[in-house]
Amino acid sequence: MTLALDPVRRARLRVAERITDLIGDTPIVRLPAFERETPGVELWAKCEFLNPGGSVKDRAASQMIRDAIRTGLLGPGKTIIDSTSGNTGVAYALIGGALGYPVTLVMPGNVSWARRKITEAFGTKLVFSDPMEGSDGAIRLCRQMVEDNPGAYFYPDQYSNLGNPLAHYNTTGREIWEQTEGRVTHFVTGIGTTGTVMGTGRRLKEYRRDIEVWAVEPADALHGLEGLKHMESSMVPPIYHPEELDGVLPMDTDEAWDVSERLAKEEGLLVGHSSGASLAGGLRIAKRLVAAHKPGVVVTLFPDRAERYFEAPMPPKPVRAP
Amino acid sequence: MATIRIPTPLRKLTQGKEEVTATGGTIGALIANLEAQFPGIKERICDESGQVRRFVNIFANDEDIRFLKNLDTPVKDTDEVSIVPAIAGGS
Repeated sequence: MTLALDPVRRARLRVAERITDLIGDTPIVRLPAFERETPGVELWAKCEFLNPGGSVKDRAASQMIRDAIRTGLLGPGKTIIDSTSGNTGVAYALIGGALGYPVTLVMPGNVSWARRKITEAFGTKLVFSDPMEGSDGAIRLCRQMVEDNPGAYFYPDQYSNLGNPLAHYNTTGREIWEQTEGRVTHFVTGIGTTGTVMGTGRRLKEYRRDIEVWAVEPADALHGLEGLKHMESSMVPPIYHPEELDGVLPMDTDEAWDVSERLAKEEGLLVGHSSGASLAGGLRIAKRLVAAHKPGVVVTLFPDRAERYFEAPMPPKPVRAP
Repeated sequence: MATIRIPTPLRKLTQGKEEVTATGGTIGALIANLEAQFPGIKERICDESGQVRRFVNIFANDEDIRFLKNLDTPVKDTDEVSIVPAIAGGS
């Protein structure tokens, strides 16, 4: 019996030799409920939560670890270490686990309970930095540990590693171009390390110079958009080159959270707050196009799912026997 | 006067101080006193209706005030209050 599958079905029914081969090639999905507000402008989302580690971070982590193995920076006896509040940590843990490297993660003490449990389940060692210092405190503690233990660690440093934007140049940008059949007019996404927007943006602009690339940034230093960075009050990642972008959209936590909630209720997409921020930014761009009577194909990017941020419930009070 | 620990993103308003002191018998009163000392800090912590913003957590001696009496949680002079962003920031 012959098995004839059409190309779409064949692409869906992927068969992999190992889990790391399933990183990338994520689908894009259209957002009809939100498009009702943007007649003539298409809204799409790149489903990065469908990566094996559950987030966009699989791409950068995979590229950085493969580069390090190739160049000899990572080899037997070394531990992968980095500062991360979660998703990159999950990606390192997954890839380290699959390839046989131990992983140590430095994270602020206030990362979500779910992130701790997930990364620990991969056999990862966790070190906590002062919650009051945020992600910059984790970066500083991580650097100190690397300095104090020469030769023990491979420190990818996702904020400085060119492999981070390169992963998106090689994969995310090309995929979006192919998935929209070259119709994409705008790419809008949140910024943390900035690897996604820089790498994807570069690739898209190579395909067509007039594709606009916009970053979404928390409007205030004190915000609730986990994974995103308020640049003015943060250590600015060396890989960030805002001059290559068409603009940066400041985003209030409430606006992004409201869009996240609508995504779950109206589109069936239970995604994290950074996804809400990405689409909230995309909506603003789309509405500007509508106001200017211009068509458009706006692509946003959903980094992860909402479950990752769920907190453990308060333990129930013991019930006294009568 | 209770001691209040200030997170990095708000230290610009407290002249870089990590710890400040404020007077008041409740968390709400402490925040009002903080605003008098450091104008602009209250709107960062509380929304237009005066409630603590969804992404800000306040701890009174390591207890989340949402599980106590919120802004009415009583505070003693010897207490330590922490304002902690609900999230870690960065990625």
